[in-house]
Amino acid sequence: MGLIQLGRHQKDGDIDVITTTIERAVNWARKGSLWPMTFGLACCAIEMIAAVSSRYDMDRYGAGVFRASPRQSDLMIVAGTVCRRMAPVIRKIYDQMPEPKYVIAMGSCATSGNIYDSYSVVQGVDRFVPVDIYVPGCPPTPEALFDGILKLQERIMQKRVFTTQPEQVKA
Amino acid sequence: MHALAERIKREFPDGFVDAVEWRGDLAVTVRPSAVHAVAMFLRHDPEIDCDYMVHVSSVDWPDDEERFEVVWEVASIRKRHRIRLKTRVSEAECQVDSLTDVWYGANFMEREVYDMMGIRFRNHPDLRRILMPDDYTEGYPLRKDFPLQGKGWRDTFEFLNEKV
Repeated sequence: MGLIQLGRHQKDGDIDVITTTIERAVNWARKGSLWPMTFGLACCAIEMIAAVSSRYDMDRYGAGVFRASPRQSDLMIVAGTVCRRMAPVIRKIYDQMPEPKYVIAMGSCATSGNIYDSYSVVQGVDRFVPVDIYVPGCPPTPEALFDGILKLQERIMQKRVFTTQPEQVKA
Repeated sequence: MHALAERIKREFPDGFVDAVEWRGDLAVTVRPSAVHAVAMFLRHDPEIDCDYMVHVSSVDWPDDEERFEVVWEVASIRKRHRIRLKTRVSEAECQVDSLTDVWYGANFMEREVYDMMGIRFRNHPDLRRILMPDDYTEGYPLRKDFPLQGKGWRDTFEFLNEKV
Protein backbone atom coordinates (compact mmCIF):
# COMPACT_ATOMS: atom_id res chain seq x y z
CA MET A 1 0.00 0.00 0.00
CA GLY A 2 2.97 2.28 0.42
CA LEU A 3 1.95 3.49 3.84
CA ILE A 4 4.61 3.11 6.50
CA GLN A 5 3.36 2.23 9.89
CA LEU A 6 5.35 3.30 12.94
CA GLY A 7 4.08 2.24 16.31
CA ARG A 8 5.41 3.38 19.63
CA HIS A 9 4.35 0.08 21.11
CA GLN A 10 4.06 -2.27 18.17
CA LYS A 11 3.52 -5.15 20.60
CA ASP A 12 -0.04 -4.13 21.53
CA GLY A 13 -1.09 -3.78 17.87
CA ASP A 14 -2.48 -0.28 18.14
CA ILE A 15 -1.69 2.01 15.22
CA ASP A 16 -0.30 5.19 16.64
CA VAL A 17 1.43 6.99 13.81
CA ILE A 18 1.27 6.61 10.07
CA THR A 19 3.79 8.48 7.98
CA THR A 20 3.41 8.86 4.26
CA THR A 21 3.43 11.53 1.61
CA ILE A 22 0.28 13.46 0.74
CA GLU A 23 0.71 12.23 -2.82
CA ARG A 24 0.58 8.63 -1.72
CA ALA A 25 -2.38 9.24 0.56
CA VAL A 26 -4.31 10.89 -2.29
CA ASN A 27 -3.41 8.11 -4.72
CA TRP A 28 -4.35 5.51 -2.14
CA ALA A 29 -7.75 7.12 -1.74
CA ARG A 30 -8.21 7.33 -5.49
CA LYS A 31 -7.27 3.74 -6.23
CA GLY A 32 -9.56 2.40 -3.54
CA SER A 33 -12.57 4.27 -4.83
CA LEU A 34 -12.84 3.72 -8.56
CA TRP A 35 -16.25 4.51 -9.98
CA PRO A 36 -16.69 2.63 -13.24
CA MET A 37 -19.22 3.61 -15.82
CA THR A 38 -22.04 1.29 -16.88
CA PHE A 39 -20.93 0.82 -20.44
CA GLY A 40 -20.92 -2.43 -22.40
CA LEU A 41 -20.66 -2.90 -26.14
CA ALA A 42 -20.73 -6.65 -26.67
CA CYS A 43 -20.20 -10.04 -25.02
CA CYS A 44 -17.35 -8.72 -22.82
CA ALA A 45 -20.01 -6.74 -20.97
CA ILE A 46 -21.51 -10.02 -19.76
CA GLU A 47 -18.20 -10.93 -18.12
CA MET A 48 -17.99 -7.42 -16.68
CA ILE A 49 -21.47 -7.85 -15.20
CA ALA A 50 -20.40 -11.21 -13.76
CA ALA A 51 -17.36 -9.52 -12.23
CA VAL A 52 -19.59 -7.09 -10.34
CA SER A 53 -22.06 -9.73 -9.19
CA SER A 54 -21.92 -11.60 -5.91
CA ARG A 55 -19.80 -14.54 -7.02
CA TYR A 56 -16.78 -12.41 -7.96
CA ASP A 57 -17.71 -9.13 -6.25
CA MET A 58 -15.66 -6.35 -7.76
CA ASP A 59 -16.62 -4.19 -4.76
CA ARG A 60 -13.76 -5.84 -2.86
CA TYR A 61 -11.39 -3.66 -4.88
CA GLY A 62 -13.46 -0.56 -4.30
CA ALA A 63 -14.64 -0.52 -7.91
CA GLY A 64 -18.11 -1.93 -7.55
CA VAL A 65 -20.38 1.08 -7.84
CA PHE A 66 -21.22 1.35 -11.52
CA ARG A 67 -22.63 4.74 -12.38
CA ALA A 68 -25.02 5.37 -15.24
CA SER A 69 -23.53 8.77 -16.01
CA PRO A 70 -20.02 9.62 -17.19
CA ARG A 71 -20.10 12.73 -15.01
CA GLN A 72 -20.12 10.57 -11.89
CA SER A 73 -17.47 8.07 -13.05
CA ASP A 74 -13.72 8.02 -13.30
CA LEU A 75 -13.15 4.62 -14.93
CA MET A 76 -14.37 3.66 -18.37
CA ILE A 77 -14.20 -0.08 -19.07
CA VAL A 78 -14.56 -0.42 -22.84
CA ALA A 79 -16.06 -3.90 -22.93
CA GLY A 80 -16.59 -5.12 -26.46
CA THR A 81 -16.24 -4.51 -30.19
CA VAL A 82 -15.95 -0.83 -31.05
CA CYS A 83 -17.80 -0.06 -34.26
CA ARG A 84 -16.80 3.08 -36.11
CA ARG A 85 -20.27 4.54 -35.69
CA MET A 86 -19.94 4.18 -31.92
CA ALA A 87 -16.54 5.94 -31.86
CA PRO A 88 -17.78 9.57 -31.57
CA VAL A 89 -20.15 8.53 -28.79
CA ILE A 90 -17.35 6.84 -26.81
CA ARG A 91 -15.13 9.87 -27.27
CA LYS A 92 -17.93 12.17 -26.13
CA ILE A 93 -18.63 10.26 -22.93
CA TYR A 94 -14.88 10.04 -22.29
CA ASP A 95 -14.69 13.82 -22.59
CA GLN A 96 -17.61 14.15 -20.18
CA MET A 97 -15.85 12.22 -17.41
CA PRO A 98 -14.20 14.37 -14.75
CA GLU A 99 -10.45 14.17 -14.15
CA PRO A 100 -8.68 12.06 -13.06
CA LYS A 101 -10.03 9.42 -15.39
CA TYR A 102 -8.86 6.02 -16.48
CA VAL A 103 -9.67 3.70 -19.38
CA ILE A 104 -9.47 -0.08 -19.44
CA ALA A 105 -9.68 -1.74 -22.87
CA MET A 106 -11.33 -5.02 -21.98
CA GLY A 107 -10.88 -7.92 -24.40
CA SER A 108 -9.21 -8.31 -27.78
CA CYS A 109 -11.86 -6.30 -29.65
CA ALA A 110 -11.37 -3.11 -27.65
CA THR A 111 -7.60 -3.71 -27.71
CA SER A 112 -7.04 -4.50 -31.40
CA GLY A 113 -10.31 -5.14 -33.20
CA ASN A 114 -9.82 -8.90 -32.76
CA ILE A 115 -10.73 -10.92 -35.88
CA TYR A 116 -13.04 -8.16 -37.09
CA ASP A 117 -10.68 -6.70 -39.65
CA SER A 118 -13.63 -5.18 -41.47
CA TYR A 119 -14.87 -1.87 -42.82
CA SER A 120 -16.95 -0.99 -39.75
CA VAL A 121 -14.80 -2.05 -36.78
CA VAL A 122 -12.23 0.28 -35.20
CA GLN A 123 -8.92 -1.54 -34.80
CA GLY A 124 -8.54 -0.80 -31.11
CA VAL A 125 -10.18 1.83 -28.92
CA ASP A 126 -6.75 3.43 -28.36
CA ARG A 127 -7.13 5.01 -31.81
CA PHE A 128 -9.26 7.74 -30.27
CA VAL A 129 -9.10 7.56 -26.45
CA PRO A 130 -5.98 7.06 -24.30
CA VAL A 131 -5.98 3.59 -22.76
CA ASP A 132 -4.33 2.84 -19.41
CA ILE A 133 -4.72 -0.93 -19.18
CA TYR A 134 -5.31 -3.57 -21.85
CA VAL A 135 -6.96 -6.78 -20.67
CA PRO A 136 -6.48 -9.66 -23.14
CA GLY A 137 -8.99 -12.45 -23.68
CA CYS A 138 -12.04 -13.20 -25.76
CA PRO A 139 -13.85 -12.54 -23.55
CA PRO A 140 -11.59 -12.08 -20.50
CA THR A 141 -12.76 -13.88 -17.39
CA PRO A 142 -13.76 -11.80 -14.35
CA GLU A 143 -10.40 -12.79 -12.84
CA ALA A 144 -8.62 -11.27 -15.84
CA LEU A 145 -10.60 -8.07 -15.45
CA PHE A 146 -9.65 -7.99 -11.77
CA ASP A 147 -6.02 -8.37 -12.77
CA GLY A 148 -6.47 -5.35 -15.00
CA ILE A 149 -8.05 -3.36 -12.18
CA LEU A 150 -5.25 -4.32 -9.79
CA LYS A 151 -2.70 -3.28 -12.42
CA LEU A 152 -4.58 0.00 -12.82
CA GLN A 153 -4.44 0.53 -9.05
CA GLU A 154 -0.67 -0.04 -9.16
CA ARG A 155 -0.50 2.52 -11.94
CA ILE A 156 -2.58 5.03 -10.01
CA MET A 157 -0.14 4.72 -7.09
CA GLN A 158 2.68 5.80 -9.43
CA LYS A 159 0.91 8.96 -10.57
CA ARG A 160 2.08 12.37 -9.42
CA VAL A 161 -0.62 14.52 -7.92
CA PHE A 162 1.07 17.73 -6.83
CA THR A 163 4.13 17.74 -9.07
CA THR A 164 4.55 17.54 -12.82
CA GLN A 165 3.79 14.18 -14.32
CA PRO A 166 6.82 12.43 -15.85
CA GLU A 167 6.42 11.99 -19.60
CA GLN A 168 6.03 8.19 -19.54
CA VAL A 169 3.16 8.18 -17.01
CA LYS A 170 1.14 10.86 -18.72
CA ALA A 171 -2.28 9.71 -19.85
CA MET B 1 -43.08 -29.37 -57.86
CA HIS B 2 -44.44 -28.12 -54.57
CA ALA B 3 -48.21 -27.50 -54.60
CA LEU B 4 -47.77 -23.83 -53.67
CA ALA B 5 -45.24 -23.36 -56.44
CA GLU B 6 -47.70 -24.97 -58.87
CA ARG B 7 -50.34 -22.48 -57.88
CA ILE B 8 -48.01 -19.52 -58.28
CA LYS B 9 -46.97 -20.81 -61.70
CA ARG B 10 -50.60 -21.21 -62.74
CA GLU B 11 -51.56 -17.73 -61.51
CA PHE B 12 -48.49 -15.97 -62.93
CA PRO B 13 -47.34 -17.85 -66.05
CA ASP B 14 -45.33 -14.84 -67.32
CA GLY B 15 -43.74 -13.83 -64.06
CA PHE B 16 -42.76 -17.28 -62.81
CA VAL B 17 -39.10 -18.23 -63.35
CA ASP B 18 -38.17 -21.13 -61.12
CA ALA B 19 -39.08 -22.96 -57.92
CA VAL B 20 -36.67 -24.93 -55.76
CA GLU B 21 -37.55 -27.08 -52.80
CA TRP B 22 -34.69 -28.09 -50.56
CA ARG B 23 -35.02 -29.74 -47.18
CA GLY B 24 -38.61 -28.59 -46.87
CA ASP B 25 -37.90 -24.98 -47.81
CA LEU B 26 -39.69 -23.63 -50.86
CA ALA B 27 -38.01 -20.85 -52.82
CA VAL B 28 -39.84 -19.29 -55.74
CA THR B 29 -38.01 -17.04 -58.18
CA VAL B 30 -40.08 -14.57 -60.15
CA ARG B 31 -39.38 -11.73 -62.58
CA PRO B 32 -38.93 -8.26 -60.98
CA SER B 33 -42.04 -7.02 -62.80
CA ALA B 34 -44.18 -9.70 -61.10
CA VAL B 35 -42.83 -9.39 -57.55
CA HIS B 36 -45.52 -7.09 -56.24
CA ALA B 37 -48.42 -9.01 -57.76
CA VAL B 38 -47.06 -12.32 -56.45
CA ALA B 39 -46.62 -10.76 -53.02
CA MET B 40 -50.24 -9.57 -52.99
CA PHE B 41 -51.29 -13.08 -54.00
CA LEU B 42 -49.26 -14.70 -51.19
CA ARG B 43 -50.65 -12.24 -48.70
CA HIS B 44 -54.34 -12.36 -49.61
CA ASP B 45 -55.00 -15.82 -51.02
CA PRO B 46 -56.94 -17.71 -48.32
CA GLU B 47 -55.06 -20.96 -49.04
CA ILE B 48 -51.60 -19.42 -48.75
CA ASP B 49 -52.35 -16.62 -46.26
CA CYS B 50 -48.77 -15.49 -45.65
CA ASP B 51 -49.33 -12.76 -43.09
CA TYR B 52 -45.85 -12.50 -41.61
CA MET B 53 -42.75 -10.98 -43.19
CA VAL B 54 -39.84 -12.99 -41.78
CA HIS B 55 -36.81 -11.52 -43.46
CA VAL B 56 -35.51 -9.50 -46.38
CA SER B 57 -32.00 -10.11 -47.61
CA SER B 58 -29.96 -9.93 -50.78
CA VAL B 59 -27.25 -11.91 -52.55
CA ASP B 60 -24.49 -10.67 -54.82
CA TRP B 61 -23.51 -13.00 -57.68
CA PRO B 62 -20.69 -10.94 -59.23
CA ASP B 63 -20.19 -13.21 -62.26
CA ASP B 64 -23.83 -13.23 -63.37
CA GLU B 65 -25.47 -10.80 -65.73
CA GLU B 66 -28.38 -10.34 -63.32
CA ARG B 67 -26.04 -9.73 -60.49
CA PHE B 68 -28.24 -9.03 -57.47
CA GLU B 69 -30.83 -11.26 -55.93
CA VAL B 70 -33.36 -9.93 -53.44
CA VAL B 71 -34.94 -12.47 -51.12
CA TRP B 72 -38.11 -11.97 -49.11
CA GLU B 73 -39.08 -14.73 -46.74
CA VAL B 74 -42.73 -14.77 -45.70
CA ALA B 75 -44.66 -17.13 -43.45
CA SER B 76 -48.20 -17.88 -42.47
CA ILE B 77 -48.79 -17.97 -38.75
CA ARG B 78 -52.12 -19.81 -39.11
CA LYS B 79 -51.14 -22.27 -41.86
CA ARG B 80 -47.62 -22.81 -40.45
CA HIS B 81 -45.74 -22.70 -43.73
CA ARG B 82 -43.19 -20.39 -45.24
CA ILE B 83 -42.19 -19.32 -48.74
CA ARG B 84 -39.06 -17.60 -49.98
CA LEU B 85 -39.70 -15.14 -52.77
CA LYS B 86 -36.70 -14.25 -54.91
CA THR B 87 -36.02 -11.99 -57.82
CA ARG B 88 -32.92 -11.09 -59.82
CA VAL B 89 -31.87 -7.66 -61.10
CA SER B 90 -28.83 -6.42 -63.01
CA GLU B 91 -26.46 -3.79 -61.72
CA ALA B 92 -27.68 -1.27 -64.31
CA GLU B 93 -31.34 -1.83 -63.45
CA CYS B 94 -30.77 -2.03 -59.73
CA GLN B 95 -34.33 -1.48 -58.56
CA VAL B 96 -37.20 -3.66 -57.38
CA ASP B 97 -40.69 -3.01 -56.05
CA SER B 98 -40.95 -2.44 -52.34
CA LEU B 99 -43.26 -4.79 -50.49
CA THR B 100 -43.82 -2.44 -47.55
CA ASP B 101 -47.41 -1.82 -48.69
CA VAL B 102 -48.06 -5.57 -48.46
CA TRP B 103 -46.12 -6.30 -45.26
CA TYR B 104 -45.15 -3.16 -43.36
CA GLY B 105 -42.52 -5.18 -41.49
CA ALA B 106 -40.39 -5.13 -44.63
CA ASN B 107 -39.67 -1.43 -44.09
CA PHE B 108 -36.45 -1.56 -42.03
CA MET B 109 -35.24 -4.78 -43.65
CA GLU B 110 -35.51 -3.30 -47.14
CA ARG B 111 -33.63 -0.27 -45.86
CA GLU B 112 -30.91 -2.60 -44.67
CA VAL B 113 -30.70 -4.24 -48.10
CA TYR B 114 -30.46 -0.79 -49.67
CA ASP B 115 -27.78 0.24 -47.17
CA MET B 116 -25.63 -2.85 -47.56
CA MET B 117 -26.13 -3.79 -51.24
CA GLY B 118 -27.35 -0.60 -52.90
CA ILE B 119 -30.54 -2.09 -54.31
CA ARG B 120 -33.27 0.54 -54.54
CA PHE B 121 -36.87 -0.20 -53.63
CA ARG B 122 -39.57 1.49 -55.66
CA ASN B 123 -42.38 3.09 -53.58
CA HIS B 124 -40.56 2.57 -50.31
CA PRO B 125 -41.87 5.14 -47.78
CA ASP B 126 -38.48 6.05 -46.29
CA LEU B 127 -35.53 4.69 -48.25
CA ARG B 128 -32.53 5.89 -46.26
CA ARG B 129 -29.45 4.15 -44.94
CA ILE B 130 -30.15 2.40 -41.67
CA LEU B 131 -26.86 0.99 -40.31
CA MET B 132 -24.22 3.13 -41.97
CA PRO B 133 -24.25 6.91 -41.40
CA ASP B 134 -26.39 9.03 -43.70
CA ASP B 135 -23.31 10.79 -45.08
CA TYR B 136 -21.37 7.57 -45.76
CA THR B 137 -19.83 7.85 -49.22
CA GLU B 138 -17.74 4.71 -49.68
CA GLY B 139 -20.46 2.66 -51.35
CA TYR B 140 -22.26 -0.49 -50.35
CA PRO B 141 -20.23 -2.69 -47.97
CA LEU B 142 -21.78 -6.08 -48.68
CA ARG B 143 -21.10 -6.03 -52.41
CA LYS B 144 -18.46 -8.54 -53.41
CA ASP B 145 -16.28 -5.88 -55.04
CA PHE B 146 -16.19 -3.78 -51.84
CA PRO B 147 -12.82 -4.16 -50.07
CA LEU B 148 -13.14 -6.07 -46.80
CA GLN B 149 -11.34 -3.42 -44.78
CA GLY B 150 -13.33 -0.61 -46.34
CA LYS B 151 -11.89 2.51 -47.91
CA GLY B 152 -10.48 4.28 -44.87
CA TRP B 153 -13.61 5.28 -42.98
CA ARG B 154 -12.90 3.03 -39.99
CA ASP B 155 -9.54 4.78 -39.41
CA THR B 156 -10.81 8.35 -39.86
CA PHE B 157 -11.76 10.13 -36.66
CA GLU B 158 -12.75 13.61 -37.72
CA PHE B 159 -14.37 14.30 -34.33
CA LEU B 160 -10.93 14.32 -32.64
CA ASN B 161 -10.19 17.70 -34.23
CA GLU B 162 -13.39 19.32 -33.01
CA LYS B 163 -13.19 21.72 -30.10
CA VAL B 164 -15.01 20.43 -27.03
